[in-house]
Amino acid sequence: MDWLFFGEISLAGLAMGGLYALIGLGFVIIYKATRVINFAIGEIMMFAAYLFLAFAGGMEMSPWVALPLAVLGGSLLGGVIEKVMIRPMLGESSISVVMVTIGIASILVGVVEMIWGADPQLLPSFLPRKPVFIGEMYLAPKIAYGFLIGAALLIIYLLYFRFSRGGVALRATASDQAAAYSMGINVRRVFNLAWVFGSLAASLAGVLVAATGGLSPQFGAIGLSVLVVVIVGGLDSIVGALIAGVFIGWLETVAGAYLGGEYRMPATFAVLAVILIFRPYGLFGTHDIERV
Amino acid sequence: MRIGDAKQSYEADEAILTSSTQKIWFALFLFALLLFPFLADAYLLYLGCLVGIAVISTTGLNILTGFTGLISLGQAGFMGVGGFTVAWLSANTALPFPVTLLFAGLLAAAVGILVGLPSLRVKGLYLAIATLAASVFLHFIFAEWESVTGGMGGLSLEPAHLFGLTFQSDFGMYFIIVPLAVLMVLAARNVFRTRIGRAFIAIRDRDISAEILGINLLHYKLMSFALSSFYAGVAGGLFAYFFRVVTPESFPLSMSIFYLAAVIVGGMGNLLGGILGAAFMTLIPEALKLLTAALTPFYPNAPIFMSPMLEIIFGALIVGFLIFEPHGLAEIWHRIRRFFSLWPFKN
Repeated sequence: MDWLFFGEISLAGLAMGGLYALIGLGFVIIYKATRVINFAIGEIMMFAAYLFLAFAGGMEMSPWVALPLAVLGGSLLGGVIEKVMIRPMLGESSISVVMVTIGIASILVGVVEMIWGADPQLLPSFLPRKPVFIGEMYLAPKIAYGFLIGAALLIIYLLYFRFSRGGVALRATASDQAAAYSMGINVRRVFNLAWVFGSLAASLAGVLVAATGGLSPQFGAIGLSVLVVVIVGGLDSIVGALIAGVFIGWLETVAGAYLGGEYRMPATFAVLAVILIFRPYGLFGTHDIERV
Repeated sequence: MRIGDAKQSYEADEAILTSSTQKIWFALFLFALLLFPFLADAYLLYLGCLVGIAVISTTGLNILTGFTGLISLGQAGFMGVGGFTVAWLSANTALPFPVTLLFAGLLAAAVGILVGLPSLRVKGLYLAIATLAASVFLHFIFAEWESVTGGMGGLSLEPAHLFGLTFQSDFGMYFIIVPLAVLMVLAARNVFRTRIGRAFIAIRDRDISAEILGINLLHYKLMSFALSSFYAGVAGGLFAYFFRVVTPESFPLSMSIFYLAAVIVGGMGNLLGGILGAAFMTLIPEALKLLTAALTPFYPNAPIFMSPMLEIIFGALIVGFLIFEPHGLAEIWHRIRRFFSLWPFKN
């Protein structure tokens, strides 16, 4: 076995996993606060990436202006989706709410295809091109710098949720909605903010992932990998999303490199199936006790 | 206004068709179905067959999702099992179509039971994701098990045959698909008059309460999975006979979502809704095609926008129905019926 090759593949996988962790975090924030499983997260990522394409490519803005604008656009989209389509579903069965997010995903794919066409596109490159070496191992610069930017946002998020007022409100709402209400927390606003913050994380990750792998209206399929991440980690666990994100990213890349591209999905879904059978609530998720 | 609807026995109350008016309408409907292929042109006949297949599969999914409350994203995978079974049997044996379709249904049901096994431990969305995993594995098997499924190229089939008759044209297939669809919907309707069907509904309404009432959850959940995937398998087999070729890409994940959407748009937990939803969702793309063709002389770009427009309409229908008409087309149908049965009084 070629350890250098294995090391390089693993490194690329771990970096990709870092981005998965970021998307997973966005997913978990939304789930924790509002109990909505967001099947449209891949499409929100895609939308933000296309916005970046429009700003940086079409309008020729500097990528460092376009990136925040695109991320802002993506998070705004999340906020609007929550207000217009998720809010009316409050109190409905979880199946219905999930189906609404699937519908939203379909609408977003259609809108993107209508505006930007169905052909795959390349994002203008904006990350440094100098190859990165860790020891002897080569790492593609796009992936390395993408990882660094993603990790930075991840750390900001973790600090924000730990210490800021908004973060405390979000955690309070997640642990007990009624109590949060009676403590004067504006729960509706928290719901909306959760979607905005969740979509923000997804949007940034969307631009970074699209920068390494290209962009097409099928880009949203990455949402399936994210689904595996959050189920393996536990739907309501931030730590779980981080660990599972890195692990699934690594596994997917290694399986793709050694067994071939067609094994990427089955490999991660096999892990998912094992987890569902032995720890149905994920590695770190809370086990809800149901009463009649 | 119809009055005097009181029933005097449980049998009368439980009958599938409760009044003579309903019987007459139903007979007329069957007659219309019989007459349809003789009057319709090739395109309408093709659509009729598509709707028939969709009705079978949607009814199956409705049993699982609408009546038992178990959401499944694996319907296309189960249909694939049925489709490949039929394709393999027709390539390697000389069995007539009723036998191959039966095998397709049974094998799909067996796979359905396997997929349903986690349903006792996990439910709701976790189950949906377990079925999603199943559909990923199934797609992988279809694509990689080349000696049986033909790999990415898929398999092509001989036309369906029985007693020396071959059913090559859409006209012939119509007489397989539509009677089977009617039969299977009636069978499903019958299930919900029995203990099994009522157990399904009890599980949907609250599974823990159902268990306390003495319903064996695992047993009935698996039965629901088996029944639902049996329907999917038969629909997949018909799909294979109809298009005469199956590939792994014939049964994509979006097809599972399509059937879920048909159940929702039609009305969850309502067999009539499943039929209406299947027909509606199948005909929407065709209607859009007609509209595009009509618009092309004025806007030459119209065909380019058709496929994204379809995605948008598809999504908007799901979201719109869930928000504004959660009981689906079936509820609209009942509203129209109520209007006429109360006429000339306002309801």
